Amino acid sequence: MQRKVSLFVPCFVDQLLPQVAVDTVRVLRRIGYEVEFPEDQTCCGQPAFNTGYWDEARPCAERFVKVFKHADVVVCPSGSCVTMVRTFYPDLLAKSSLREDALAVASRTFEFSEFLVKVAAVTQVGATFPHAVTYHASCHGLRELHLRNEPLQLLRQVKGLKLIEMTRSEECCGFGGTFAAKFADISAAMGTSKAENIAATEAEYVTAIDPSCLLHLQGILGKRNAAARTIYLASILAQEDPPQKSPPQERP
Amino acid sequence: MSTAAQRFLQDAAVKSADLMHREIIQRGMDSYDAAHLKGRARIKDWEAARQKCQEIKREAINHLDRYLLQFEEKVVARGGHVFWAANSEEACAYIKNLATRRNVRTVVKSKSMVTEEIHLGPALEKAGIKVWETDFGEFIVQLREEGPYHIVTPAMHLLRGQIATLFQEKLGQKIESDDPAYLMAVARRVLRQAFFSAEMGISGANFLVADAGVIAISTNEGNGRLCTSIPRIHVVVTGIEKVIPRLDDLAVLWPVLATSGTGQGITTYGTLIGGPRRPGEADGPEEFHVVLVDNGRSQLLADAEQREVLHCIRCGACLNICPVFRHVGGHTYGTTYPGPIGSVLTPHLNGIMEFKHLSYASSLCGACSSVCPVKIDLHHHLLQNRRNATEAGATKSSERLMFRAWRHAMLHPRIYALGGWLMRNSLRMVYGLGLVGSILDPMRVWNRYRAPVPLPSESFRARWRKDRAAN
Repeated sequence: MQRKVSLFVPCFVDQLLPQVAVDTVRVLRRIGYEVEFPEDQTCCGQPAFNTGYWDEARPCAERFVKVFKHADVVVCPSGSCVTMVRTFYPDLLAKSSLREDALAVASRTFEFSEFLVKVAAVTQVGATFPHAVTYHASCHGLRELHLRNEPLQLLRQVKGLKLIEMTRSEECCGFGGTFAAKFADISAAMGTSKAENIAATEAEYVTAIDPSCLLHLQGILGKRNAAARTIYLASILAQEDPPQKSPPQERP
Repeated sequence: MSTAAQRFLQDAAVKSADLMHREIIQRGMDSYDAAHLKGRARIKDWEAARQKCQEIKREAINHLDRYLLQFEEKVVARGGHVFWAANSEEACAYIKNLATRRNVRTVVKSKSMVTEEIHLGPALEKAGIKVWETDFGEFIVQLREEGPYHIVTPAMHLLRGQIATLFQEKLGQKIESDDPAYLMAVARRVLRQAFFSAEMGISGANFLVADAGVIAISTNEGNGRLCTSIPRIHVVVTGIEKVIPRLDDLAVLWPVLATSGTGQGITTYGTLIGGPRRPGEADGPEEFHVVLVDNGRSQLLADAEQREVLHCIRCGACLNICPVFRHVGGHTYGTTYPGPIGSVLTPHLNGIMEFKHLSYASSLCGACSSVCPVKIDLHHHLLQNRRNATEAGATKSSERLMFRAWRHAMLHPRIYALGGWLMRNSLRMVYGLGLVGSILDPMRVWNRYRAPVPLPSESFRARWRKDRAAN
C-alpha cells in the first residue's frame, strides 16, 4: 500500500505562489508518497492570531483541525504555518472542545523539510540544480520548530548545487506578516540588510523553508534590481536531471 | 500633539533609513556578538546555566513577598533603612526629602535604569541639587541632555569624535584628542572632584540577596564603588523584582549576567553592600537607604500568564540581537527600556493604550527569547500583549472589521477562493494600467519598498482541480 500524506497549502501560497505547492507535490510523489489535497482547507488563522485577534483566529484553527482530523500526516510548505498549528493551537484552543483533536493533528503536522528528513528519512531526492545558492534560515522554522540542519542536509545532496553561507543567515529578513505593512520602513530596512548579505555571497539564488520570507525578499531584491533571485526549497529539489535551463519563476 | 505611536513611526522611518547609524550600531553589535559567543563558550553548559537562572528567578518571583521581607529585616538590623515606594512620585519624594533634610547639594550616581524609569535626576535637579552621572556612558548622554540609548551601553550610538566635540563644548576645557583612553581620563578628572564633594551617592542594584540582606552590584569602571563608599549617604534605588533567595545564587547569576551583558566572564567589580559603615570600619556611608520601587510591578506579578517578565536581569542581550533594535536604535522607542524587553514591559508599566504599538513593532522572529539568560519567552509575550490590546478594544475599528470579514471568508472556502481570484485579477488590472503605488493600488504600502507580488492566473487549488479532472 502506498504511503499517503495530506497537503496543507498556506493561503498566500495557494493564491500567489502556486508553483511552491506544485513543486512540493512533485518531490513528495517522487520519493513515493501519494498526495491528497483536502479542498475545503483555507487558512491556519495565523494572520489574525499574530495581530491579536484570537477570537477571529480560533474558528479558523478549529476548521483546520476538522479538515485534517483524519489525515495520517499533514505536510506543509511553510515553517510559519506549521508553527501556528504546533506551537500556538494548544494555547489558542485551550478551552475549545476540539483541543484534544488539535493536539493530535499538531503532532502529525510537519514542515516540508522536516517531513523529508525526520519522518520519511530521505535526504537524497535525486535533484540536480547547478547553481550557487545561499540559504536564509527563516525564523519560525529555526527558532520555533528547531529546524537548523534539515534544509541544509537536503541542499547538500543536490547535484551541482554550490551552497554559500551568508553573513547573519539566522537574522530575520523583516517580513513578519502584518509587521511588513504596519511598520513598512523597519521591515524594508531589515530586508535591505538581508539583501546586502545575500548580494555579498554572489549566489544566484536565495532559498528558505518559508515562502513568506521569500515573497518579501523577492519584492526587496526586485526593487533593487539585485542579481539574486528567490526560490523555495522544494522548487530546487523538484529540479531533475537534465536540469531545465531556467527553473520556473513567478514574476508579476 | 502627537502620540507615542506616531512619534515611534516617524523616528523609526528616519533611523531605519540612516545608514551611518546602521553602520555604527552594526559594528558595535558585531563586536558584542563575538565577545558574547566567546563568553558563552567559557561556561561549560550554557543551556544548563540559563535553566538554573530561570529557576532561581522563578522561585524569587513566586515568593517575592517572603524574600523582600527577609531582605528588609537584615538591612534594618544593620542600621539601614528600607522604603517601599508604590510609584515614581513616592520614590522621588522620599529621596528628595532625605536630601533636603541632610543638606545635600551634590549627588553622584552610578548607573541605574530604575532611576531613569522614575525620572529621579530631573526631580533632584528641580530641588536645586546637582546630579552627576558617573558611569562613562551615562556621563556622556547626560552632557548631551538625552536618555541612555541602550540599558547597558548608554552611549553606543556615538563616535569618539562626537564625544571629543561634546567634551570641548560642555566641559570648558581644550580637548586635544579623540583617543578613548584620553577622553576617559578627562571624564575621570572631572568626576573625581564630584565624588569628593558629593554628600549623597545613588546606585542601583543588580540583585537584592534575601538570605544575606545585601545588595549586589556589577560594574566595570569603579565609579560604583566610589558612589557607594565616599559620600556620607548611600541610597539604593531598585525594582522589587531584583530580589534573589540566596547569596549562593550569585555563583551562577553573576557570570551569566556578565556574559549576556558584555561577554565578560565576570564584571571587573562585584560589590556586596548590606548597611551603613559599622564601628571600626575605615570607610562607607553613615546612612544607608534602600528604595524598593513597585511602579506597576505588583500588577504584572498578579498576571500569571506574564509574570515571568519580572525575571529580567536587565542584561541587554535581547536588545543586542534584536533586528528591529539594530535598525531603529534605542532612542526611537521613546521608553526607559527599549528593545524586546521594553516592548513587552512598557505597556504594562506605562499603559497599553499608549504603548501597544511597541508590541506590534516586531517581526516575532524570536531571536530575543533564544538569548534571554533567564529564558523569558519574550516574543510570545508580545503576542499576548497584542491579544490584550485587541480585547481591550485598543485597536482600530477598520482593522476589527477587516478581520471579521477575513474570518467569514476563511470559514467559507468558496468565498475565500472567490476573494483570492478577485484580489489577483483586480491587482492585475491596476498594475496593467501602470498604477503601481498609486492611491488605487491596495498594495501601495508594500510596493513602496518592494516590487509587486507575483499574480498567477490560477491558484493552486484551481490547478489541482483541473489536473484531477484531466486524469
